[in-house]
Amino acid sequence: MDRRSENEIIFRTDDVTKVYDTGEVKVYALAGVDLELYASELTVLLGPSGSGKSTLLNILGGLDHATSGDVWFRDLQLSALNDRELTRYRRDNVGFVFQFSNLVPSLSARENVALVTDIAPDPMPPEEALSLVGLGHRLDHFPAEMSGGEQQRVAIARAIAKRPDVLLCDEPTGALDSRTGITVLQALKDINDRFGTTTAVITHNASIRKMAHRVIRFQDGRIGEVEVNETRIDPKDIEW
Amino acid sequence: MRALDKKLLRDFRRLWAQGLSIALVLACGVAVLLISYGMYGALQNTRSAYYERNRFADIFASATRAPRTLKDEIAGIEGVWAVELRTVKDAVLDLPNRVETATGRIISLPVNGAVLNVPIIRSGRVPDPGASDEIMVNEPFAIENGYELGDVIHANLNGRKRPLTIVGTALSPEYIYTIGPGSLMPDNANFGILWMAEGAASSAFDMTGAFNDVSLKLTRDADPEEVIDRLDEILEPYGGTGAYGRDQQLSDAFIDSELLGLETMARILPPVFFGIAAFLVNMVIGRIVALERSQIGLMKALGYSNFTIAAHYIMLAVLIAVIGVLIGWILGAWLARGLAQIYAEFFTFPYLIFSVSKFTYALSAVLGLLAAAFGAVLNAMKAARLAPAVAMSPPAPPNFRRGVLDRLFSTMRLSQPTMMILRGIMRWPLRASLTSFGMALGVAVLVASSFFNDSMDEIIAVAFFQSNRQDAVLLLTRNQPISVLEDIERLPGVLRAEGQLSLPVRLSNGHLEKRVSIEASWPHSDLSRVIDPDGKVIEAPAEGILLSKRLAGQLGVSPGDGLDVEFLSGRRETHRLFVSGIVTQYFGIGAYMNADYAAWLFRETPQISAANVLVDDTRIDDLHRALKDMPNLAGLIMLNDTRQTFRDTIKENIVIQSVIYIAIAAMITIGVTYNSARIQLSERARELASLRILGFTNAEVSYILMGETLLLAILAQPLGWAVGALLAWGMGFAFASDLYTIPVILKNHTFGFASVVGLGAAIGSVLVVRRRLDTLDLVSVMKTRE
Ligand SMILES: Nc1ncnc2c1ncn2[C@@H]1O[C@H](COP(=O)(O)OP(=O)(O)OP(=O)(O)O)[C@@H](O)[C@H]1O
Ligand SMILES: [Mg+2]
Repeated sequence: MDRRSENEIIFRTDDVTKVYDTGEVKVYALAGVDLELYASELTVLLGPSGSGKSTLLNILGGLDHATSGDVWFRDLQLSALNDRELTRYRRDNVGFVFQFSNLVPSLSARENVALVTDIAPDPMPPEEALSLVGLGHRLDHFPAEMSGGEQQRVAIARAIAKRPDVLLCDEPTGALDSRTGITVLQALKDINDRFGTTTAVITHNASIRKMAHRVIRFQDGRIGEVEVNETRIDPKDIEW
Repeated sequence: MRALDKKLLRDFRRLWAQGLSIALVLACGVAVLLISYGMYGALQNTRSAYYERNRFADIFASATRAPRTLKDEIAGIEGVWAVELRTVKDAVLDLPNRVETATGRIISLPVNGAVLNVPIIRSGRVPDPGASDEIMVNEPFAIENGYELGDVIHANLNGRKRPLTIVGTALSPEYIYTIGPGSLMPDNANFGILWMAEGAASSAFDMTGAFNDVSLKLTRDADPEEVIDRLDEILEPYGGTGAYGRDQQLSDAFIDSELLGLETMARILPPVFFGIAAFLVNMVIGRIVALERSQIGLMKALGYSNFTIAAHYIMLAVLIAVIGVLIGWILGAWLARGLAQIYAEFFTFPYLIFSVSKFTYALSAVLGLLAAAFGAVLNAMKAARLAPAVAMSPPAPPNFRRGVLDRLFSTMRLSQPTMMILRGIMRWPLRASLTSFGMALGVAVLVASSFFNDSMDEIIAVAFFQSNRQDAVLLLTRNQPISVLEDIERLPGVLRAEGQLSLPVRLSNGHLEKRVSIEASWPHSDLSRVIDPDGKVIEAPAEGILLSKRLAGQLGVSPGDGLDVEFLSGRRETHRLFVSGIVTQYFGIGAYMNADYAAWLFRETPQISAANVLVDDTRIDDLHRALKDMPNLAGLIMLNDTRQTFRDTIKENIVIQSVIYIAIAAMITIGVTYNSARIQLSERARELASLRILGFTNAEVSYILMGETLLLAILAQPLGWAVGALLAWGMGFAFASDLYTIPVILKNHTFGFASVVGLGAAIGSVLVVRRRLDTLDLVSVMKTRE
């Protein structure tokens, strides 16, 4: 089934560039990217180190500004927003998961999630978010009392608890072993299936691409090729 | 330069703001040490050199009129090295070009020059031994009144007004702090010292072949108590009022009380500054070592020794200390010079031996360096002891666990940011307490310094507006029957006159002894009254004596106890009187009794030695004119002048002091708060960046950053008030002397002001740190793991 035809466009970029001017040389982290991401879609971004994946994700998530070109989230032109408006946009719409979970060490799992639900307009209870990632029984544990995979799942719970429209993950399994990585991916897929959250996952593990609806390959700050998976496989069947 | 040294210098440059704030706290400690040691040394050394060169006497006594033939007997007392017999009398002066009278103390100059208490000639010459109308005056009196050599002033000598020509000016070790009868502060325009040839003075006061003042210099091994007893025996038949040592010589006692103040300052303040600096260094180096964990591991893996690594971090602290010591030296030397100037106004020395010794500089530097090194050493050793393998692996996240308080927090439904703040405090309780205590010390310094202002107001209110409401006091040359009041009331401008009698006595209770003056007055006196701290007027009781609290304490007596009172004037009787009450007093150590009771004890008609008068302002000039010709008047105290000088002097000093103490308090608070906030930022940067990514606004993350530090600052306030009150109380205690007692008056506005300054400095420092949040790089923080 082709999801593109029936789903609305969530993100659209138009000739986006990002240039780092380090004085002597200009680094084109993004050299003109045209991209569309659709509602309820799970996309995997692949590409060599330095090809611009993180840069694009940060721009989509409102953490960074493009040097030129336009970025739309639905009807919202992100490239025209100031910092305050971007904060508002992040708060209401975006969930992030990074390679390092960045939990607040002084808050328990539940409280780390509550950090987000306290400020989101329509959140789910922290307990529910933690149950979704299989941590319903570890509510009151502090980060220091949890494994890396568990911490990462708390980070995912924290990202989804506000029922975001989009979930942006930059190497969410990068610091994890295969078994733990699979539980994390499973959690991401569950969320995508259940709530239809538009999800983008950056990874260096090519086999993860098989769980995606679409795979976008980056090369030198541009989109190289885009492939659509006719059949997706479940994370537990991924050969790491 | 070795790579490690480069790192040291770069670290130091990167940390300049934190380093500077610590260095400034340290500099305050160094400066205070220099100032107090420097001033103490200057005062002490100048005084002893002056005393030595000008042969300041060791024992002083006065009598009514004693024959000069006693000289050999006095010189024969064992331990006496030199004797000086003089005529010393107070007289009313009629100064040219002014209506108001002034008071002069006439001192006779022996024919062959003074042997003891030798005046230093500042200009002109000593009066000719044969001249009867030449005087030499103390330099400040001449300067204040604009006199030149050759000017003529008039003095009422024993009832006869005489012109006196100024032939010289001088200074004397006896009058370094020149305070006239009944005054509280030097008032050089209205009180002067007049040296006169012995022959002239003797004949003017009818003292030929006699003396009324004796000074003794003792041999090194003499026993002063023994000499005093012998001298008292010799002078007893001639109206001796009791000999005393330097400790009760007015000028010397004031210098002593100033020395005491400097000593107190040197004891209390520097340890506070050094302690805070050590704590700040500890906090900063601790954070750096935590941040550089992996670098330390790497250096160790590369083969750097434990010692090199420990020394590296200690050197960072030492660099901060070096800056602090240098600033402290400059600041201290500059302030000490300024302070010496202020001293010069109070104390008239012919020269000032002011040099801050090399030892003081060295001591302050060593203490400053030690404080910083001490603050660094624990963390430096922690760094040195890190095993390379452990150091290279990331640190375990700080271990937060659920505690009893967490349940409380949950029931209070606190927001997560508030929870982060509270858990941060509970995670490092020692650090939090010390931080709070540091801020509290800033507040305490202000409380302890600004209570002075209210105390002075209280002193002025009680001493000048409730106790002593007279406009002037007329001091009589000798005791006279109370009927003289009628004459005084007839003087122009006098609205009311009340008598008072001063009785020099020696009070003793067992072996405890004290030489004081009892003020005897009549009940229902309205002008000069004894007031207790509640503002109640205390009438001298019909019988017994009333003692000031300090005096009662020194004699170990309470109301109802008996006391041997040896009257040193008149018939010189000893009576056993009981203590009828105790009053709190700010000036001197007073004793009071009913004047009728005194007359009854002595079986004579009531006498007075001074009259308190109320004056019609419009006729004050007439009064002055009349007083200039009044016989039997030894001196005049214009209380309005006294009040004004006292106020002006105090106010001027309080302004200078306040500025200094506000600066000190701000320095402490900024040092503590700024560093605390910087460390918060360093520890929480990652956390705050991830919150920003989650959609928290700049204001919300600012709250988390500033919350802990400001919460500690708020908690510090009551603590600071308490410590400040304690300090104030201790200072009041330390400063109390026979000359004055400082009441500790702590008002709400003192605490409020201290907190406004403390919190203001804290908020300012935190806001400076907060600005760094605006440039927090959200993206780069996420790329690395801590
Ligand atoms: N702050 C910066 N300053 C200069 N150049 C930068 C900066 N951040 C990124 N770059 C450059 O931009 C390019 C793209 O970086 P980006 O992080 O997007 O790569 P990536 O595809 O995510 O790589 P990786 O897979 O290693 O994470 C790289 O060449 C990088 O060196
Ligand atoms: Mg990347």
